[in-house]
Amino acid sequence: MFESLSQRLQNTFDRLGSGRVVTEQDVKDAMRDVRMALLEADVALPIVKDFVSRVRERAIGAEVHKTLRPHEQVLKIIHEEMRETLGEAGRLNFSGSTKPHVIMMVGLQGSGKTTSAAKLAMYLRKEGREPFLIAADTYRPAAVDQLVTLAKQVNMPYYEEGISASPPDIVKRGLAAAKEANASVAIVDTAGRLQIDEQLMRELEEIKKRTDPAEILLVADAMTGQEAVNIATGFNERIGITGLILTKIDGDARGGAALSMRAVTGVPIKFMGTGEKISLDTFEQFHPERIADRILGMGDVMTLIEKAESLYEEEEALRLQKKMMENNFTLQDFLDQLRKIRSMGPISKVMGMLPGMSKMQMQGMLDNEEVESRISKVEAILNSMTITERERPKILNASRKKRIARGSGVEVRDVNDVIKQYRQMQKLMDQLRKGRFPKIPGLTDGMDSFEGF
Amino acid sequence: MGIFKRGLSRTRQSISGRISQILGNTEIDEDTWDDLEATLIQADLGLETTDTVVDFVKETVTREGITRTNQMNEVLKSSLTALIDPPPPLNITGRDLSIILVVGVNGSGKTTSIAKLAHRFKEQGRNVILAAGDTFRAAAIEQLQRWGERAGVPVIANQQGSDPGAVVYDAIQAAQSRGHDLLIIDTAGRLHNNYNLMRELEKIKGVISKAVPDAPHEVLLVLDGTTGQNALKQGQKFAESSNVTGLVITKLDGTSRGGMIFSVFTEIGAPVQFIGLGEGIDDLVPFDVNQFVNSLFDES
Repeated sequence: MFESLSQRLQNTFDRLGSGRVVTEQDVKDAMRDVRMALLEADVALPIVKDFVSRVRERAIGAEVHKTLRPHEQVLKIIHEEMRETLGEAGRLNFSGSTKPHVIMMVGLQGSGKTTSAAKLAMYLRKEGREPFLIAADTYRPAAVDQLVTLAKQVNMPYYEEGISASPPDIVKRGLAAAKEANASVAIVDTAGRLQIDEQLMRELEEIKKRTDPAEILLVADAMTGQEAVNIATGFNERIGITGLILTKIDGDARGGAALSMRAVTGVPIKFMGTGEKISLDTFEQFHPERIADRILGMGDVMTLIEKAESLYEEEEALRLQKKMMENNFTLQDFLDQLRKIRSMGPISKVMGMLPGMSKMQMQGMLDNEEVESRISKVEAILNSMTITERERPKILNASRKKRIARGSGVEVRDVNDVIKQYRQMQKLMDQLRKGRFPKIPGLTDGMDSFEGF
Repeated sequence: MGIFKRGLSRTRQSISGRISQILGNTEIDEDTWDDLEATLIQADLGLETTDTVVDFVKETVTREGITRTNQMNEVLKSSLTALIDPPPPLNITGRDLSIILVVGVNGSGKTTSIAKLAHRFKEQGRNVILAAGDTFRAAAIEQLQRWGERAGVPVIANQQGSDPGAVVYDAIQAAQSRGHDLLIIDTAGRLHNNYNLMRELEKIKGVISKAVPDAPHEVLLVLDGTTGQNALKQGQKFAESSNVTGLVITKLDGTSRGGMIFSVFTEIGAPVQFIGLGEGIDDLVPFDVNQFVNSLFDES
């Protein structure tokens, strides 16, 4: 449904028949594409306007790098601008505050404050600090129970006194308890509120006044739409936030809210979180690169996925999905996949649709012919296996490997590489199944792990 | 009507401030269309719906020879109203036990909405019972129980971490044996792109229809009113897995505009049944298309 930005830009520039310098007309048309892509990614309109005008300025008259096509040149500028706007991952800053340093968690209802508070505590403990949780959401029923349950689950010290006192008073006593417990950081979980709720915003001001927090973190849902600007501005103007936590990024939202909030407040995005499970792998430092690619490049992946899907009978897709989930993905499935991918067109095109890949192609890190020939090799190796071997890779012993290598005209080492590659895929699927961030080999750590190809 | 207007007044102010500026009373020119487009995009209508509306208004304006912006008002209203059907009555009467299943992503406001629904139906004389089907999130069960106490409605619950299907089964048994006529089932928040959790939802639905053949009679998807274009995907995926029959849009008492209502409805055809306009137990109100659209235009 959504055309990818790079595709769009390419079409625009093809139509214009652009030359070696990006002209004003090129840019004008291209910026329309950028505007649409950003709006579809939920970047707020005022931010889109700013962003587009900055890119326009840089793009007009830009010399096209000799290995790049004009649309790629513009894409490069957009990417750089996006990275710049998103900024670096912010670190927590406790300088100038006394122990226990106070971190206030604020945000809208349902944005994930309580869950993030517990996760942040775990993160801090891993960093060698002594975190402490304070339950100050007296409004949402059982919010205190939620924080206490989570604290107990991960064995974290906490303070709660139910819901009858006022939150500023609770926090004050909580802070004394944290001091008593020799905690170095006290995380205050506050009630969810709308930024325009006068009474509740006053309460936050009061807590801030009494605790002099080192950090006030706005917890924001990655699925937020145009409203992101109002939320971030509202909280920032009223109480002055020092950082953002982006939650629910395991969803498939493009995450434009991250750009909007960062742009209007100027405060760094510090962390991102996934899911309700409290563990170290569901909460991590913000990765600007990942979010930039997501805002700009998800369309590419979606195009690829859609294209791939159209090649399947629906049943086949379901069967495969099930296999992946149950980790029954065999070498036979691997071969089927490979054939499907190849039937989608020249490998350079298919790879270009993966985020990061087109960039590598741009930078000459990926030699298409080389990739093509490696894939042919893998296919040959898989073809030389018996069906039983493909279904049950475990039985592949030395003599079988030798036979396969002979049959496909490669070395046993190459056969081993394919098996290794297959195991990596299995591991990746296992991570996906467990809801972790997949570390996609080759995207995150150079091309080393593409050896199998 | 009163509360609907009160809650929506902020929505109205932000969007209608812009709309009245545009609609003021000037000659219609290119700027009018740019401004209209910007206003609709910022209300989260999405590009596609925005284009549809702008095109429609443009065409009508040309066809009817309208030249002043203040005459565009009605055209704009009717084009928005035409995009969404009024909700039919909920399919929860005419049998011994009706069952509503409530689904949605994390933090959209399922549990709170259920409490408000329970209160509303109890006030209407229904004999309501709730099932604490979110056995995953810490204290989700306690949250529903507190609300149940407040609304004076019993809650069937099990331990955190237990099988949600089992709780649902128990709740149906309890509802039938104690003579309740309306069961509302809470479920854990789940992201629509999480395959396993969506399958779990199908399983829960299976448990329900096995116990009561034509149930669940309503499947309500709760959408956060501050969500942007992702609401569409949520709608699609939940519709696929659990055959959504209606929508509840929460958190519309802020400055968010809820414009994604239009595209979600266009996409999956499920009507908006209720919208959430505040924290109070009375603040979930039936959705009325004309009121919703009118509220975007009315003077305060």
